[in-house]
Amino acid sequence: MEEFKIGYDLVIAEIPEGSRVLDLGCGDGTLLKLLHEQKNVSGFGVEISEEGVSQCVEKGVYCYQADIDEGLSDYRDNSFDYVILNQTIQNTKRPDYVIREVLRIGKKAIVSFPNFGYYRTRAYLMFNGTMPVNKLLPYQWYDSPNIHLLTIKDMIRMAPDFSFSIISEKHFSVSGIDRSNIISIAPNLLAEYGFFVITSIES
Amino acid sequence: MTKKEKEPEHTSAGIVKTEYFTFCEPPHPLKLSSGRKLGPITLAYETCGTLNENKSNAVLILHALSGDAHAAGYHSEKDKSPGWWDTYIGPGKAFDTDKYFIICSNVIGGCSGSTGPASINPATGKPYALDFPMVTISDMVNAQKRLIDHLGIKKLLSVAGGSMGGMQALQWTISYPDMVESCIGIATSASLSAQGIALNEVGRQAIFNDPKWNSGNYYESSLPKAGLSLARMIGHITYLSEKHMHEKFGRKFQDSANAGKDMNPEFMVESYLRHQGVKFVERFDANSYIYITRAIDHFDLRADYGGSLTAAFENVSANYLIISFTTDWLYPTGNSKEIVRALRVNGKNVNYTDIETDNGHDAFLLPNELLEKNIKNFLKSELKKSEI
Repeated sequence: MEEFKIGYDLVIAEIPEGSRVLDLGCGDGTLLKLLHEQKNVSGFGVEISEEGVSQCVEKGVYCYQADIDEGLSDYRDNSFDYVILNQTIQNTKRPDYVIREVLRIGKKAIVSFPNFGYYRTRAYLMFNGTMPVNKLLPYQWYDSPNIHLLTIKDMIRMAPDFSFSIISEKHFSVSGIDRSNIISIAPNLLAEYGFFVITSIES
Repeated sequence: MTKKEKEPEHTSAGIVKTEYFTFCEPPHPLKLSSGRKLGPITLAYETCGTLNENKSNAVLILHALSGDAHAAGYHSEKDKSPGWWDTYIGPGKAFDTDKYFIICSNVIGGCSGSTGPASINPATGKPYALDFPMVTISDMVNAQKRLIDHLGIKKLLSVAGGSMGGMQALQWTISYPDMVESCIGIATSASLSAQGIALNEVGRQAIFNDPKWNSGNYYESSLPKAGLSLARMIGHITYLSEKHMHEKFGRKFQDSANAGKDMNPEFMVESYLRHQGVKFVERFDANSYIYITRAIDHFDLRADYGGSLTAAFENVSANYLIISFTTDWLYPTGNSKEIVRALRVNGKNVNYTDIETDNGHDAFLLPNELLEKNIKNFLKSELKKSEI
């Protein structure tokens, strides 16, 4: 449950009142519900699990069951004010395709993910010599949904190739339960999570 | 609140009575999609639950091919079998009759109290038979709209149905966008597949080839029972998944001692189908079967809107719950996904889930926890939204 809440406060702070939002990998719909309550957002969700959709229905959040990679091409350009990829991009089969589509269908996109460059993750690999298993990445390599791990620096480096500009960066670590502490010094080393607001250069 | 949530009591909607509404009396017949006119028209309908003061809790249930107005409850104390969707309609059930006013009517072209080919043609004093005009899903909906007007309901909280019932529900949201708050379409499609049409045609041919059918003129002689029951048997095969059939019957014999001795039914699956066929001819009219399967075959929202399903849903204002079943091969998952795609491209509100089950197309009629939960929660949140 805790994992689902990661970065919610930052996402909610970023999105202006009354926006149209698509949340890719919306889980149980909590974020969209909060966005509706606090920012009067028109939200739509995509979720892969039957259980997640059912929980969304219960909350009155509209959500359809599909793979994230599935069906993004159906949306028209700039259909949404924001497309959210909150702790999801590292789970997709084709992050390149997803990022391109997200930039096309959303005026802006929020991309947040566990930072593989975080020093403790680096140290884990360095000293144990095995794939890191920690609070950020609580899986063994063989059962992990995180099939495309990346660092904050990776995201910055893909900007020119994918023709996006970075509007803001709020990389953070989580302390306590629901609070994100923004890490502005050496975030690729010190922040647990990357947080980017990006937009297509063409738009 | 610390009070433990009350365990919902799954009880019956109780005794329900079929009512009749007649309209389109001459000289005001209903103009059908074919251009032909029909009138007067009677719709048989049943209601359960109570319409609230604002008339904001009415839910119209739409039945499938062989259904009727009797969706829930019993007709009398002695009645052994409840309505066709009694699993989901009643106090505390998915369509909670303590909260919602449930309406269900028999479609035009049907044979359970509404005007259809077996009804008397006022022009001749005899049953219409094949003089009955072709009806479409859209015509069925237009007739239901008159009933809803008659009941004094301006806006339905929901239109809901499975299979052909889902087709009607979708058509409702397109034909009367201002009259529906939400739509529940289960195991349905914006058009039937070629495979579905093919199987319907085999069913119709079974009826046509029964000599007793006599070009539809059998009402004063004996009924084409053999043809209709064969059509029903084929239908039942399409409602089950391969796996469900295997689990339900396997290769089990009905009477293993006599197996292989004569042509009597041997396998359980054979007796099941024969039984379904025999049971069906007692309550269903062969000509209605022809007209209604034709209506299903011709339903095509894409064709209605110049080949674009997206265009079909452009002006709808309902919120949708679309549900498919993983093993339904008659109205497969892909058919539901197409509807969902058209809706979301138009920026409409839609919930969609593909429920994992072995029960095939029949799943919408059988108890399913997830189906029940989704319908219940969806209606609850739609009622709340409609009251804001």
